[in-house]
Amino acid sequence: MSSSTNQHHHQASAAILQKSPTGISGLDEITRGGLPLGRPTLLCGSAGCGKTLMSIEFIVRGALEFNEPGVFMAFEEKADELATNVASLGFDLNTLVADKKIRIDHVHIERSEIEETGEYDLDGLFIRLGYAIDSIGAKRVVLDTIENLFSGLTNQNILRAELRRLFGWLKEKGVTAIITGERGENSLTRQGLEEYVSDCVILLDHRISNQISTRLLRIVKYRGSMHGTNEYPFLIDEDGISVLPITSLALDMEVSTKRITSGIESLDKMLGGDGFYEGSSILVSGTAGTGKTSLAASFVDANCRNGKRCLYFGFEESPSQIQRNMRSIGLDLSAHVESGLLEFHSSRPTLFGLEMHLVAIHKRIKKFQPDIVVLDPITNLITVGSVSEVKAMLIRLVDFLQNEGITVLFTALALNNTINEQTDEGISSLVDSWLLIRDIEFNGERNRGMYVMKSRGIGHSNQVREFIITAAGLDLVDVYLGPEGVLTGSAREAHIVKEETGLALQGYAVSRKDREILRKRRMLESQIANLRTEFESVEEELNKVYMEEELKKNIQEKNRNDLAKKRLGDDNKKSED
Amino acid sequence: MTSLETTDTLILTLFITGASANSVRAVNNIRTICNTYIPNQYTLEIIDVYLRPELAQQEQIIALPTLIKRSPAPERRFVGDLSDTKKVLNGLGIVITNDGY
Repeated sequence: MSSSTNQHHHQASAAILQKSPTGISGLDEITRGGLPLGRPTLLCGSAGCGKTLMSIEFIVRGALEFNEPGVFMAFEEKADELATNVASLGFDLNTLVADKKIRIDHVHIERSEIEETGEYDLDGLFIRLGYAIDSIGAKRVVLDTIENLFSGLTNQNILRAELRRLFGWLKEKGVTAIITGERGENSLTRQGLEEYVSDCVILLDHRISNQISTRLLRIVKYRGSMHGTNEYPFLIDEDGISVLPITSLALDMEVSTKRITSGIESLDKMLGGDGFYEGSSILVSGTAGTGKTSLAASFVDANCRNGKRCLYFGFEESPSQIQRNMRSIGLDLSAHVESGLLEFHSSRPTLFGLEMHLVAIHKRIKKFQPDIVVLDPITNLITVGSVSEVKAMLIRLVDFLQNEGITVLFTALALNNTINEQTDEGISSLVDSWLLIRDIEFNGERNRGMYVMKSRGIGHSNQVREFIITAAGLDLVDVYLGPEGVLTGSAREAHIVKEETGLALQGYAVSRKDREILRKRRMLESQIANLRTEFESVEEELNKVYMEEELKKNIQEKNRNDLAKKRLGDDNKKSED
Repeated sequence: MTSLETTDTLILTLFITGASANSVRAVNNIRTICNTYIPNQYTLEIIDVYLRPELAQQEQIIALPTLIKRSPAPERRFVGDLSDTKKVLNGLGIVITNDGY
């Protein structure tokens, strides 16, 4: 169903039926606004299921949050017991009573002290209640548990007629009322009160399976109004009651296109370079000791450093244990805890039922407003529920987180048995990204291989990477793909060494040839030099001969000239005269 | 004759609602019983809860009419129109001796 139709229904019914918000966390969402205004609502359930607490919270919140004074008429508990009960939720009932915001009337009715001597009616109750309502201008009334009248008085016919009249009278008074009733064998209430209250019936249950109790709330009917019809778990703690409206009717949440780092650069690369989508759900599964928690911690660490708020739910280790262990791989999570960006919550899965875990998680998330939630590991929850229950719970959790735009990372332990493989399969269909860390056993050692099984909307690597955990953090390296198959760990190292040796040998061979050539060249060059020297000496020799010839020729010329002069001495004298 | 188990005066309070049928019957019934069996040995206060609504909580009243025997102890309560004379006598501690018949 789309949200627009919801809206329409809501508005249409609101026009006919006005509602009074209870202020109880989650209940107003399930009832789409609260209890029918000015009408009685029947709240039934077995002993100890939280009827009284829920109804007193309705009164207290009405007085505190909605300025609607209320009357609480207790047929069971003593007024001071009630005050103690409410004080445990952090409300000071006595102050509220003194401020005339709340009026408490404890009805004491004991059969052994009363003699029935004929016809009577319950006018006393009407007058008493009417006076209480008028004295503080009450808008809300609780009758808890009116059925106790049946144990104090015997005349069933009178009681039934009077109760019918009472509920009519409450409507006339225009007060929003809660009437509680004890669960009967075959009916909602022991005295069949559901017959008289037809506007709204809420059933509380307290179920125990595997020695673990879960409180559940169901709206049996709500005349003239849309309401959630499922069983909703609820939690009673120091803040009162929280009901968890976990199943969203629509698949229409806004999605983000922003990305968020996985905390491991090489994993981001496998995921198209930027990591996961913001607000997506990520499953990390693997066998024991494959580093699921380390991966989760590294994810948290990286994002805390980016200023994101993270909430870490541990179902295996205590917060200090996780922090200590992660220091060994170079992650200082305590710094983030101190800065308030990171909060740890550890609880044993067997602490309470699955639904209660969900409510508790829900509550913490609402309170902390994280960007990232980690659940480590979800498979431990199977100890308190069946596979299908865990899956149902996770669907609701993922729904809720995606609506809030919170990124969630689950880790899941995969054992080599069918049930847990089924869990993987079951859960994997509802997550956006699934990383699988698998043991690769080879050569007498265990190594970790990481696969990105799926990642919706992200072009991701189909390669197996070896997942390495070192004191400096986590890393992924390419596995060696050789003729013998995928190699990891020391086998991969060995292969790399082998390859490097091969290279060295080859390199050596190459350089030897180079040196040979060099030597040859040097030899030839020296020969060339020798020849050149020889040639120079020959040339010099030749030049010497040539010079001597020249000199000889010059000298002979000179001699001949001298001789000629001598022969022509007169001429010379004559010419001198 | 009849006699009380004690010689103390019975202190009775009857809570009624105006002039409703049950109330009128209850007033008549208790007056008849007291005047018949313990004349001059009782005080009876009749309170209309409509006029004193605050008393309903104080006196722990749910069903009406309600008769409370305050004294002598222990306190006893009777609801209804007091038409079951035997129960009323019994509860008030009025013993009917054989001479009465």
